[in-house]
Amino acid sequence: MSLLDVRDVTIRFGGVTALADVSFSVEPGEIFAIVGPNGAGKSTLFNLISRFCEPESGDVRLDGASLLDLAPADMAPLGVARTFQNIDLFETSTVLDNLLIGRHTRRQSSFVAQAVFSPAVRRQEIAHREAVERIIDFLDLHAYREQRIAGLPYGTRKVVEVGRALAMEPRIVLLDEPASGLSPEESRDMRFWISDIRAELGVTVLMVEHDMGLVSAVSDRVLVLAEGRGIALGTPADVQSHPEVVQAFLGVEPEPTA
Amino acid sequence: MRVPFKTSYLHDIRLFADGYRAAQYAVLVALAVLLPFVLDDFLIGEVTGVLIWAIAGMGLMLLTGHAGQVSIGHAAFLAVGCYANVILMDRFGLPFVTSFLLAGIVTGIAGVLIAIPVFRLHGIYLAIATLALSMLVEDIIVLAEPWTGGVVGLTAPSVTIAGMDMDRFSAPNRFYWLCLAIALLVTLGYRNILRAPLGRALLAIRDSEVSAQAMGVQLARTKAAAFGLSCLVTGWAGALLGHFFYTFNHEVFTVVVSIQLLLMIVIGGIGSIHGAFYGAIVVGIIPQAINIGRDWVTDILGTGGVAIPGLETGIFGLILVLFILFEPLGVHGRLTKWKIYFELFPFYRRDLFRRQRSYLKTERLR
Repeated sequence: MSLLDVRDVTIRFGGVTALADVSFSVEPGEIFAIVGPNGAGKSTLFNLISRFCEPESGDVRLDGASLLDLAPADMAPLGVARTFQNIDLFETSTVLDNLLIGRHTRRQSSFVAQAVFSPAVRRQEIAHREAVERIIDFLDLHAYREQRIAGLPYGTRKVVEVGRALAMEPRIVLLDEPASGLSPEESRDMRFWISDIRAELGVTVLMVEHDMGLVSAVSDRVLVLAEGRGIALGTPADVQSHPEVVQAFLGVEPEPTA
Repeated sequence: MRVPFKTSYLHDIRLFADGYRAAQYAVLVALAVLLPFVLDDFLIGEVTGVLIWAIAGMGLMLLTGHAGQVSIGHAAFLAVGCYANVILMDRFGLPFVTSFLLAGIVTGIAGVLIAIPVFRLHGIYLAIATLALSMLVEDIIVLAEPWTGGVVGLTAPSVTIAGMDMDRFSAPNRFYWLCLAIALLVTLGYRNILRAPLGRALLAIRDSEVSAQAMGVQLARTKAAAFGLSCLVTGWAGALLGHFFYTFNHEVFTVVVSIQLLLMIVIGGIGSIHGAFYGAIVVGIIPQAINIGRDWVTDILGTGGVAIPGLETGIFGLILVLFILFEPLGVHGRLTKWKIYFELFPFYRRDLFRRQRSYLKTERLR
């Protein structure tokens, strides 16, 4: 059974149709990319899956169970983590505290226990730090562990946000443009990390990305959106030669081959 | 600059970064405990007042400084704690320890009940809602005369713990130690919350509600917890305030007090426990400083008493404006910068805190 199943989803904002009958499914252990020109509805799709917006019709299922009745905060316990296109970290906290928030749904202590900082709370805090330390190792964030987000460079923040999503130990992580605004070197690092997220952590990846180099290097399947419609779905190579895709990206008819 | 070398995860969650820091605070607490042997009864009374305001400040700091929910209505919760404590003692004959604890819990529950309708409000709208609450409670106190004594007010019974007299007038030193102990316990609880999951959740909803939800933080529940804990502590401060004032009526808990509490934490340094204490000290010192200054001016001019109505409020406002313009992080932020200046000397850069941000996001009219 598919891990995540999006069926015939339509979303309208006033007169604008952001998504029209979009369907796709993500298999467990897959790296699935969504590409498309600006305004194609990619971020709306992410907001729909993480429950920040409601569809007009259609359904989103995780393991066959519909997500539409759930609130955004219910997604983390189900193992759905996400990052944001414009980086939405907790600016005044340290990198460590940001990653620890990823463990929020795994806390098991009452307010009173926390106020007296009981031995159980202490044990849990240490266990969470061990788990977070693995992510810090994985993403090579040691140098920034104690630093506040507000003082970090853009590229590092991008990595921290991926780390925060991974600290949740999710089943599927939604990465919203993980490589946007990164330097070529940082972008190359991100490419390795995305394949490692699956290979080492066993997490399914669903990502929106503009960098076709990155997409074709790491993803198993690609969905191309244009003006809210899914116009092609397949392997990166298949999709790139698809005539409608070329038209959507370049705006010209492909030259007829002789 | 002292950078502790961490060798275990316990280093992350200890109360003090290193032994040096722990020793500093131990000395501070020792000095506070020994204070009554140095100061006379009047000054101990003043310091007791500062401690009580610091407890109230911590209550508001948790809600506004750490959870980012602005409240201009905390005098209402001071009032609830104050009246609940005295009514429980007078009408139900409870001993001080029980009534004090219950007064906090009653106020905390009131806070949670208030949080439910206002939890979708942000910034200035939340401020207005809580302002209305403050005004409402003033009127309710007057109307509920059989319980609250209306405009005449109530008189606080004397405090006795385990047969020991702790009254503000007959045993000012013991009352001071009582307030000090409560302030220390509240500070400890506050620190514990901040290093536990709830503390991180509070900072998360302050910095980004969207992101917090994506990480699984339940907004309504976390805000209710913030209101509840904040009001619990404020209620305790209110209970102590009742004993401190001895007699009180609705005029003790006006909107002005609510605003003064908010100014206190902004001047002290929003988003830090230190800030609540610094703010309380500033608020405690200003009226005294004005009195001394007034006497001094009178002596120089050789005239009778000079009375300038609204001088205190005016000076308060001026200090607040200066802080917001030049030091948004308050007294605590300024002292931290000085400390870092000396620790890094001569390598302190002027732009070291360029990226500092004001935590109070009232300008976000969402």
